[in-house]
Amino acid sequence: MTAPHVWRNVLRIALLLVVASFVLAPLWATVMGGFKTNPEIRTSAFALPDAWNTEFYGAILSDPSFWRYLGNSLLISSAAVVLTLIVGSAAAYVFAQIRFFGANFLFSYLLLGLMFPFATAILPLFIKVRDLGLLDTYWAVILPQTAFGLSLAILLFRTFFAQLPKELFEAAYIDGCGYVRFFIMFTLPLSTPILATVGVFVFVQSWNNFLLPLVVLNSREVFTWPLGMMQYRGEFVTQWNQTLAFVTLSLVPAVVFFLAAQKYIVAGLTGGAVKG
Amino acid sequence: MSEVSTSPNAAPGLSERLRRAAQNGRLTATLILLPPALILFTLFVMLPLGESGVYAFYDWNGYGAPEDFVGFRNFEQMFGHSVFSVAAGNTVKIVIVSLLVQLPLALLLALLIYKKTPTNAAFRLIFFVPYIMAEVAAGLIWSFVFDGNYGVTASIANSLGIDRFFVLADRELAFYAVMVVIVWKYFGFHMMIYIAALQGVPDDQVEAAQIEGASRRQIVRHVQIPHIRPAIAVSVFFSIIGALQVFDVIIPLTNGGPSNQTHTIVTYLYEFGLTRLRIGFGSAVGVVLFIVAVLVAVFYQRIFMRRANP
Repeated sequence: MTAPHVWRNVLRIALLLVVASFVLAPLWATVMGGFKTNPEIRTSAFALPDAWNTEFYGAILSDPSFWRYLGNSLLISSAAVVLTLIVGSAAAYVFAQIRFFGANFLFSYLLLGLMFPFATAILPLFIKVRDLGLLDTYWAVILPQTAFGLSLAILLFRTFFAQLPKELFEAAYIDGCGYVRFFIMFTLPLSTPILATVGVFVFVQSWNNFLLPLVVLNSREVFTWPLGMMQYRGEFVTQWNQTLAFVTLSLVPAVVFFLAAQKYIVAGLTGGAVKG
Repeated sequence: MSEVSTSPNAAPGLSERLRRAAQNGRLTATLILLPPALILFTLFVMLPLGESGVYAFYDWNGYGAPEDFVGFRNFEQMFGHSVFSVAAGNTVKIVIVSLLVQLPLALLLALLIYKKTPTNAAFRLIFFVPYIMAEVAAGLIWSFVFDGNYGVTASIANSLGIDRFFVLADRELAFYAVMVVIVWKYFGFHMMIYIAALQGVPDDQVEAAQIEGASRRQIVRHVQIPHIRPAIAVSVFFSIIGALQVFDVIIPLTNGGPSNQTHTIVTYLYEFGLTRLRIGFGSAVGVVLFIVAVLVAVFYQRIFMRRANP
């Protein structure tokens, strides 16, 4: 390498390290803060703890409500994923496979959800959920979440289904396989990549959602983890170590999940971005 | 289905087509597979949207039926409310910071690490971590960072031996702090979009430019950036739509304070519509948000999509 190249590379790495420390410093302070006493946090937030106090992490891990919040989130997110995949792929299959009067109109109608932010209709949604008697139930989060995820799911599914070979359906049809059976026996098994991408996407959105649960859930029994976290913060205003231990522990599943599903998350993001 | 036999020699009419569709199972399939999506979407997305267009003209606390029709009064109140102007201004500020700081930073980083090497992969992962975290968690972590009494800021003031300072309690500074958090949270997302696009630029074009003696800077300007223009358009669009939706980050950071200086449109809607159960007023804010979002989408289609595929 020539001298200018070396310098350029040094400069490049230096810049990357600066940005990386901007990203990581708050996270580092958070993870370490869970091991420190509160006076220690106030004086040396970034240093390694003087003594590794594990009691704050231990308190969270042995607190049943922490597990309750995570369990609620897991239940709600999984239900939203399953529902979105079933309902979304079924509708997309119709648009990809069957021509009928009004198909284009209905397809555009279902894509309208891509046009505006979720928060736009949050108040009438609250009223609707209340009038249906769903307030403070898991369904209050699952159903609206699924409904809002449908637009993107249907768009991605239809594009994928339309690319599957047509000959397959013709052959199956001649052998007496109906539309619904073909969908279940052939279309879905052949579409696992897109099902995984959409599933991961819906899961992450649901797992992290804050506004909807905040509006429709009131009692701590049904709280999702973001609500539980805010509740916790409210109870331990000045005792940061408690809250930081809670934040760290609730981020662990997200990070593990991301590392496991990285491929699908990045594909969903960039794929969705390019098509959106 | 009796008309089928009355018009035997006409081209297949509607009822004939329906009969055929029913026979080969298309109709049944459509009637089984399509309605769940239509019902869910209508019930929880389109109906509430339509209703916000109705409620916006009523003074209503959500109980009983809306009866007190007030015309455009909710809208007049909103546009006359100084906090709404602050909230709208803050949303514009987020867009400006996204366009002037966040996207250039994301593009620069993408150019530095788009090539597939282990070091680059590690940096990519690090820069993407904030994006995968829940917004609330990010907001909470940064409220710890900015806490001048008990948090990181206190520790910094302590070790520098200066007076303690309270960024989030300062009317002028608080929203800058919010914007730091937003850049921290989202630049990795935009960087990923650019990286995916840069990896799609054909190698031979870059090599051809190198052979012709183009400098690194010229290659970036004249080969790579023109190629990833659609990706840039997408990321601009996402920044604007994202700016319209900022909510989760604000609640743990400032909850809209101090003295309502850090509201965004959605926190404004939440605070002055939902928590005070002014459903009509909040719906009016929702209608304005909807109109802005649709305008952005239409403009995007008009301007960028046309340029992207000539």
